[in-house]
Amino acid sequence: MNSHPYDYDYLDGNAASGELSAIFAMDVTIAEAQCAHCGATKRFAEAHLYMQAPGVVARCAVCEHVLLRFVKARQRAFLDLSGMTCLILETSQL
Amino acid sequence: MWHLGTVIALHDETATARTITLEVSDWPGHIAGQHVDVRLTASDGYSAVRSYSIASAPNSERRVELTVERLPDGEVSPYLTQEVAIGDSLEMRGPIGGWFVWRTQQTEPIQLVAGGSGIVPLMAMIRTRASTGSTAPFRLLYSVREPGAVFYRDDLLALSNRDNKVSLTYAYTRVAPKDWPRPPRRIDAALIADVTWPSNLAAICYVCGPTPFVENAVGFLSASGNTSDKIRTERFGPTGDRK
Repeated sequence: MNSHPYDYDYLDGNAASGELSAIFAMDVTIAEAQCAHCGATKRFAEAHLYMQAPGVVARCAVCEHVLLRFVKARQRAFLDLSGMTCLILETSQL
Repeated sequence: MWHLGTVIALHDETATARTITLEVSDWPGHIAGQHVDVRLTASDGYSAVRSYSIASAPNSERRVELTVERLPDGEVSPYLTQEVAIGDSLEMRGPIGGWFVWRTQQTEPIQLVAGGSGIVPLMAMIRTRASTGSTAPFRLLYSVREPGAVFYRDDLLALSNRDNKVSLTYAYTRVAPKDWPRPPRRIDAALIADVTWPSNLAAICYVCGPTPFVENAVGFLSASGNTSDKIRTERFGPTGDRK
């Protein structure tokens, strides 16, 4: 194992699609997400997903900045999208 | 979004992995590569959700096959691989995920790279290709610990021998069959360069396996000239019983 704290303990953004499908009408994982930190625009499915936390944390695959945090607690869901400047969804899905 | 599936068949793939066939009366159909979330709820209300890839091709019988590998410390996989019985019901959410999928209208060469139980969603792609009569060129590189750990061996053999075959390469990491040309070892750059599509064909690569395997495979595919926009990955790791 590498000592880098982010190595090898993440999944792909795809793995969040079940959780996020309970919130969003569209499949967010195939949307393009722009990172608020480095500006890279990639599919959300390609983000690095950390699920060891009490919730789900998605990080930019380029710079590891947090894109999304999602926690369910006390009958509520907390969704923080401040790490994304823009989410581009394909309207052909609508 | 949640469906109730009835277990109609169980089949052991290996000593630790089992395929569960479910009939889901309101199943909307799926695309090869998608997964489902399975929710188990204990009598005290505690529930655990894990994701499992669908192994079967879309079909008109509303049947879904999941292959589950038992993890020693898993919360869900020991139940699914040892306890579940025909006639039981399972709560499932899905089909899920529109990114790690192969659609039958795709005609470009496809490179599949599986590490261990990462074969499951790739098998759905191979089966879908066969059931729809697609002639898209497919290659599979299947890295597996030892011969006894191979999933779907007969199916893979049958599908790789047919006309318009799927080209199949096994890479054994711990124990290889007798007289196997390549000594047991992990996949490496030379093997990837040898057995995957030449990069000038711009194949779409689907890589599924444990995170370290995926990291390595993607590195070798990139070094062989495959561009990152052609490589799709699905990692699973110690965080859950995924796949």
